[in-house]
Amino acid sequence: MKLANFAATSLLAIAAATAFAGSAAAKTLIYCSEGSPEGFDPAAYTAGTTFDATSRPIFNRLVEFKKGTTEVEAALAESWEVSEDGLTYTFKLRPGVKFHTTDYFTPTRELTADDVVFSFERQGDAKNPWNQYIPGLTFEYYNSMEMASLIKSIEKVDDMTVKFTLNHPEAPFLANLAMDFASIQSKEYADSLDKAGTKENLNSAPVGTGPFKFVAYQKDAVIRYQKNPEYWGTPAKVDDLVFAITTDAAVRLQKLQAGECHIMPFPAPADIAALKADPNLTVMEQPGLNVAYLAYNTETPPFDKPEVRKALNMAMNKQAIVDAVFQGMGEVAKNPIPPTMWSYNNAIEDDKYDPEAAKAALEAAGVKDLSMKIWAMPVQRPYMPNARRVAEMMQEDLSKVGVKVEIVSYEWGEYLKKSMEPGRDGAVILGWTGDNGDPDNFLSVLLSCAGAKEGGANRAFWCNQEFSDLLEKAKQTSDTAERTKLYEQAQVIFKDQAPWDTLAHSTVVLPMSKKVSGYIMSPLGSHAFDTVDIAE
Amino acid sequence: MIRFILGRIAYLVPTLIGITIVAFGFVRVLPGDPVLLMAGERGMSPERYAAVREQLGFDRSLPTQYFDYVWQLLHGNLGVSLVTKKPVLTEFLALFPATIELAVCAIILATVIGVPAGVLAAIKRGSWFDQVTMGTALVGYSMPIFWWGLLLIILFSGTLGWTPVSGRISLMYFFPPVTGFMLIDSLLSGQKGAFTSAASHLILPTIVLATIPLAVIARQTRSAMLEVLGEDYVRTARAKGLPPRRVVGLHALRNALIPVVTTIGLQVGVLMAGAILTETIFSWPGIGKWMVESISRRDYPVVQGGLLLIAVIIMVVNLLVDLLYGLINPRIRHR
Repeated sequence: MKLANFAATSLLAIAAATAFAGSAAAKTLIYCSEGSPEGFDPAAYTAGTTFDATSRPIFNRLVEFKKGTTEVEAALAESWEVSEDGLTYTFKLRPGVKFHTTDYFTPTRELTADDVVFSFERQGDAKNPWNQYIPGLTFEYYNSMEMASLIKSIEKVDDMTVKFTLNHPEAPFLANLAMDFASIQSKEYADSLDKAGTKENLNSAPVGTGPFKFVAYQKDAVIRYQKNPEYWGTPAKVDDLVFAITTDAAVRLQKLQAGECHIMPFPAPADIAALKADPNLTVMEQPGLNVAYLAYNTETPPFDKPEVRKALNMAMNKQAIVDAVFQGMGEVAKNPIPPTMWSYNNAIEDDKYDPEAAKAALEAAGVKDLSMKIWAMPVQRPYMPNARRVAEMMQEDLSKVGVKVEIVSYEWGEYLKKSMEPGRDGAVILGWTGDNGDPDNFLSVLLSCAGAKEGGANRAFWCNQEFSDLLEKAKQTSDTAERTKLYEQAQVIFKDQAPWDTLAHSTVVLPMSKKVSGYIMSPLGSHAFDTVDIAE
Repeated sequence: MIRFILGRIAYLVPTLIGITIVAFGFVRVLPGDPVLLMAGERGMSPERYAAVREQLGFDRSLPTQYFDYVWQLLHGNLGVSLVTKKPVLTEFLALFPATIELAVCAIILATVIGVPAGVLAAIKRGSWFDQVTMGTALVGYSMPIFWWGLLLIILFSGTLGWTPVSGRISLMYFFPPVTGFMLIDSLLSGQKGAFTSAASHLILPTIVLATIPLAVIARQTRSAMLEVLGEDYVRTARAKGLPPRRVVGLHALRNALIPVVTTIGLQVGVLMAGAILTETIFSWPGIGKWMVESISRRDYPVVQGGLLLIAVIIMVVNLLVDLLYGLINPRIRHR
């Protein structure tokens, strides 16, 4: 079995190698990715690094985000209808979509409703033979989005029509289907693996409908893709796409400058000025769909009083923090959602930086000799280059209004866990990157009463019924203008109650070689290369 | 001799048991829960958390988990990665040649430079050469690998453009791994320029990984040599009027090399430790990099299995060194 697998892999690699050698004059784009993908079945993982290597090049979804926006557009589904009550979604599939022909699989049929039903059912139904096709593999996104309780049934109406029936109306549903976990797999491929007794290959030798097909992966080193000549959409501009896995940011930078790769994500903030000065490079930047915040524990005194929270917010000089830590690659946040998001309430006024007023407000609230903890995350995230430094600046600011701050930190996994423990001591620095461009994806996840329960992500433990009701109402409404109004109102309540000190929205920076053209930055922070061309 | 060998092997059993306990305990003492890391900032409901924990087997008591782990080990099963879901041994075997290749090159470099430097330093004891060599060795020994590696990359790859920045071979070349050793595979591939590319990619990581062993070997050779040069038989040889070159080369060096062989053998552990950092800096896809990524993801089976395999390799090499030492220096056997 093992030997057979090894032989198969070797054969595959040889075949791939010859195919590669044949295309001597091929255009090759090299992307210095920041880490190894966890596997090649996007539904099974939650990391952006994995999605960039799987769902973006190899797969498609029923609907997708229009390049460079968070707008949903047709992809594998040509059109769709939503029932009056918002409970059924009927998708008409695009005819003539071919799955990849690779060295390990030759499809005999085009995309049908069976593939769509297969792709979703395996994620939600524990009894489905493909739910645990590898022991221990779980569908974390599907589960954490509570898709199983949302979706009542997924039916094949005919070969080219699929009907989703929901248990309750949910406005962001369509946007959810554009997310990576909703990538469409080939049922025919899965069946053939099942027959061969090599189910696990679904996660190591992927077959999709996307602009590139998978060629080979050498763990921790390199992933190779080839242009899919039968792509249903606009075909890719380059013939070969290579991910050179380079975990260290300083080394990625050297490789880019040496011309060993063409695009690198996540440069260190300190290097950005040098990158911009390099005449051989272009540095693209765009506001990220994210927010960094400081969440008070609104359940423990004195942070249970909004006036105390607001006073503390006034004591911290956010502009100085953003200038020093984000080094120009970010802007001060006033709302819990970023300004590029629809329904952003620009009329809201931020708590002004005013230490004197803060001092007075604290006194008025009867708070004296306050000592508190500020939690600083131990890792860099797209929304936060250096939490420790932020915490130190807050400590400095707060000491000026007589508040003593102790900075604490834990290992990342521990940090995520402990910061959600009820009765947690102190305020937590954390953040969020949007998954689908819907305000609900920020507000409900991070600030609703449901999220304040154990296992949620509401680290302020803030439960405001009025606020939560607005979110619920907005979720059940399909009219965007109506939803916008509701979210704008919710932001007013948020600012008034101040469960967080909203810190910053970071700018995403992507340096690339001058030879590269056609790259479109995604506000969702994903990387896709089908529109990218490279000059020889 | 056979008793000596068997005695040495018997020593390994309790050590191995100790290593399983350490490897098992180590990953569990580390803060951070693999289940929560899977969910990230999003969080996970308590029911879901419990279900995933159960699936992964972390709901059972630590002793149960440990005995289960040992039971699996006895059946030759090192477990399956929580992240990639592939057998730990399969992943290890695929990545190990890359580490071996680097380590072998490093130890060769360290020996080829370290031994002559040590000998010369000993002969010219107290001279400027001796002082410079030993000073450099001290610096090399205390060099932080991460900083040293980046410095070399910035200088030789960035500024001068002489060597490639990282990886094992230019991405222009693509052929299936046969032996897993890039120097050999690139020759087998028959592609023009592949071997040169593979060799040039080896230069910087080899230098970085060789730095510490080189310093140790040079210092050890020097002191072994000094000791031997003070022995009566050397003085006798000198008194007989033998030319200094023969005294040093024939009489002294041979005996001085006995402890040096042991020192070189013992560098295996140092090399493994160094490989973790070196591979990370140079994006060298070996087991060092694999371990670093697995620790950051709390991939328990990989860390456990990886530590165990590395420990076994170090033990086996040390055993071989011991035996070799016993062979060339019979006094040891009867100790």
